[in-house]
Amino acid sequence: MARPATNLLLALIFFSFLCLIASFVRNDFSVMNVASNSNSALPLMYRVAASWGSHEGSLMLWLLMQSGWAWAVATFSRRLPLPMLARTLAVMGLLTLSFLLFVLLTSNPFDRLLPVPLDGRDLNPQLQDPGMIFHPPMLYMGYVGFSVAFALAVAALIGGNLDTQWARWMRPWTTVAWAFLTFGIALGSWWAYYELGWGGWWFWDAVENASFMPWLVGTALIHSLAVTEKRGSFKSWTVLLAIMAYSLSLLGTFLVRSGVITSVHSFASDPTRGLFILVMLAITVGAALTLYAWRAPSVGLGTRFAMMSRETMLLANNVLLIVATAAVMLGTLYPLILDAFGLGKISVGAPYFDAVFAPIMAVLVFFMGVGPLSRWKQDEVPALARRMRWAAGVTVVCAALTAWVGGSMGFMSVVGLLMAFWIVTTVAAELWEKLRPVGGVRANILYRLGQLSRAHVGMMVAHVGVAVFVFGVTMVGTYDIERDVKMAPGDSTTVNGYTFTYVGVQPTTGPNYQAMRGHLTVTRDGAAVTDLYPEKRVYRVQRSPMTEAAIYSRVRGDLYVQMGEVIEGDTWLVRIWVKPFVAWIWFGSLMMGLGGMLAVSDKRYRQRVRETAVQPGTAAASVR
Amino acid sequence: MPQAELAGPTSSRSRLGRTFFWFCALAIVLAVSLPTISLAREAAPASADPVLEDRLMRISSELRCLVCQNETIAASSADLAVDLRNQVREMLRAGKSDAEVYQYMTARYGDFVLYRPPVKPATWVLWYGPAVLLVVGLVTLWWLLRRRNRMAADQFDAEDSALPEPHNNNGPGQRQGPTR
Amino acid sequence: MKSLRFLWPLALLAAVLILFTVGLGLNPREVPSPLIGKPAPAFSLPRLDDPTQQVSHADMLGKVWMLNVWASWCAPCREEHPLVIDIARRQLVPVYGLNYKDQATAANGWLKQLGNPYRANLVDADGRVGIDFGVYGVPETFIIDRDGIVRLKHTGALTPAVVRDKIEPLLKALNAAG
Repeated sequence: MARPATNLLLALIFFSFLCLIASFVRNDFSVMNVASNSNSALPLMYRVAASWGSHEGSLMLWLLMQSGWAWAVATFSRRLPLPMLARTLAVMGLLTLSFLLFVLLTSNPFDRLLPVPLDGRDLNPQLQDPGMIFHPPMLYMGYVGFSVAFALAVAALIGGNLDTQWARWMRPWTTVAWAFLTFGIALGSWWAYYELGWGGWWFWDAVENASFMPWLVGTALIHSLAVTEKRGSFKSWTVLLAIMAYSLSLLGTFLVRSGVITSVHSFASDPTRGLFILVMLAITVGAALTLYAWRAPSVGLGTRFAMMSRETMLLANNVLLIVATAAVMLGTLYPLILDAFGLGKISVGAPYFDAVFAPIMAVLVFFMGVGPLSRWKQDEVPALARRMRWAAGVTVVCAALTAWVGGSMGFMSVVGLLMAFWIVTTVAAELWEKLRPVGGVRANILYRLGQLSRAHVGMMVAHVGVAVFVFGVTMVGTYDIERDVKMAPGDSTTVNGYTFTYVGVQPTTGPNYQAMRGHLTVTRDGAAVTDLYPEKRVYRVQRSPMTEAAIYSRVRGDLYVQMGEVIEGDTWLVRIWVKPFVAWIWFGSLMMGLGGMLAVSDKRYRQRVRETAVQPGTAAASVR
Repeated sequence: MPQAELAGPTSSRSRLGRTFFWFCALAIVLAVSLPTISLAREAAPASADPVLEDRLMRISSELRCLVCQNETIAASSADLAVDLRNQVREMLRAGKSDAEVYQYMTARYGDFVLYRPPVKPATWVLWYGPAVLLVVGLVTLWWLLRRRNRMAADQFDAEDSALPEPHNNNGPGQRQGPTR
Repeated sequence: MKSLRFLWPLALLAAVLILFTVGLGLNPREVPSPLIGKPAPAFSLPRLDDPTQQVSHADMLGKVWMLNVWASWCAPCREEHPLVIDIARRQLVPVYGLNYKDQATAANGWLKQLGNPYRANLVDADGRVGIDFGVYGVPETFIIDRDGIVRLKHTGALTPAVVRDKIEPLLKALNAAG
């Protein structure tokens, strides 16, 4: 019953979504959403993307994802026992229902606008960009994907069976959702970098934080699931994390759409919508947490493990990630808290988050290195220390070398370098432990490499991704150079060895904008490097000026040029940045997500026959 | 030398020679000077004092633009942001310190204008909360684990109820057999 | 007893929900003025009608007065202007204007078209005095008492409700205080 219902729900919602897209593509301005967010001069791909660019449209996207994930669970969970599957699908159906009610009662994207205007108000120029086409779908795949973990957790609580089998089912779903969320956040950050024209990539804006909090909890959940699956322990904590991840997704939705917090990202705020989401939050999360409070006391302890063991390291990871989440939440909500208590209005911005978040991450990264090197169930400190000493030594040497070559590094930058190298060296150390010949058995290294499970390789790729990310953040934060110059045709300036020569400006036209297009040539030691064409655009309908920075991106760093304003005639104020290793930030994030995907493709999740045979026995043994 | 030789009329050939000479001279002068004329000028920095501008950017990136939707006055192009940047620039030129600039802004706009919230009793929870939480979290974990390990063996699940891993991802050193 | 400790997530949820419910009624964009209860900033500005004459903060001591910040390019100022005229007509309080970052011709034209309730208009061409007053948008309205202390700041256009519920009672209290 549940499966066909789920499939039908997806089909219907998908059809509805197609109708919305069709209205955009056909320029049907009698639909209010189309009139507010589109224009006949808007290129086709942006007309399609505009369908999810507004509050109402983005909810349709959410609905599509919600029903899509439910369909995926229905289709790909042949191994799940039917009662569990039924309950999971039921919960997901209820979640879809709540969003459907939200759309129907408060945010109907198909409202008509009569009399029909001749043309639309155009999509916000900043959203007319390829990055913006993929960022919301990726993000929503992640947010909504956590509802699978949520549904599995609630279904398990209802049924009263929290066993290691359940943890094994949950793991791939959670990891895939987490990977998508990683991609979505990274895309958003990259977009902000190249589109907003200031070279920044993360602003700790409330909505950014709203996407980051589920990610942090999702990361904690993935690692907690590893412990629960291995030892059957800390089950109630894992369940709680699963509930928290999706709750934070809902919280994020509330923050963006209610107007409770100011943000560049927020949709037009409407307190009635805010109230609806609040009620939705109260019911959804409240019910789940009530179930948790009811069932958790009777959950078993699982099997034993020592104080010093990989399990403990993973749990320490959890503590740090949850504290980090709490810090982000505290910072984001604090202005609201003070205001609610009548204690005045403050702002909490990047200076706070940077100061508080970085140290927590530094400690986390330490455990990231120690964790994979420690043994399951039981380990000894001296043995562990011995395994780590090579990695520690190389870390310090590499960090010192880099700092010496780069020059003038502050304390936090050195910490960043240590973090990045620590991760890489500990991954290498663990790899070495697995690959080196063991007494007598001289199996060849390539064979051993092939024996590594995808899950293990995925973990290593993801962890190295973190190292790459931290390295990028550290280097660009320390060595970023900005130069503002007045340039007349023929003028040049040299930044960090690169000579930028300004050729001139030319007026140019796009499909729905007019622009002044600058031209700069870049050389290094006389050899030509590239030509850069930054633009200053004015979009015809919204008449808002926008800068399109010109970026030349290489592994070693980016050259980033922005047209400021015209000083007189052909002389412009030009802003030039040289940003070392900045692309490593997004490449590292990409590696993290890919590592996750790799881990999910592991053989253990594709084994079917053995699983079904084992199931009835263990299910009976583990029921509490 | 008899003067008459010099005063005589110049022949057409020597006139041509002279013209040619001057032409070459001019050509050489131009050839030498033209590259200097067309050589690219070093672009002038946008402001007279780049060090001051750096300081300005650093300070403005901690000040909030009140008419914007969560932007710094460094990044915003709103009128008020431009005005406030100019104000800060003037203050820096007059030799004011960073603290004095922040004080100036908060006297007029309140703490809301600072992106780095001031540390005062109302924000102690904000600034010290995460550190306290970290300590509490780690101590709680340690305490929970210690209490767990003190429990009798019968409180735990039986060893073999934990599912066997299809792949032995046991960590370094454990290659002898699948059981743990 | 043991099971009660599993209720903490629910308690946390309840706290967050209450916070958000209260938050829905608040306005995150509204910035309270730190000048309330403090002396109004010093200023000396030319009059709009006679630029050779200057009006300074010292001239304003001894009376309760209202400073209305406006500009000809500001749309909400048009909407609140009838109210300002009404306040002046009812002689509730002397109204002075701060013409913020405006052009004299445009400002004069605007006043001619919509009416001039101001005792005097002070020209703040570069917005510096505005910054001193903590102005971040137009229109804004201040009430300053006899000793030059700022007693009220209202951001945004005045509404009849604000005049009735906030300004009039305040004026009554300030005038009675002697």
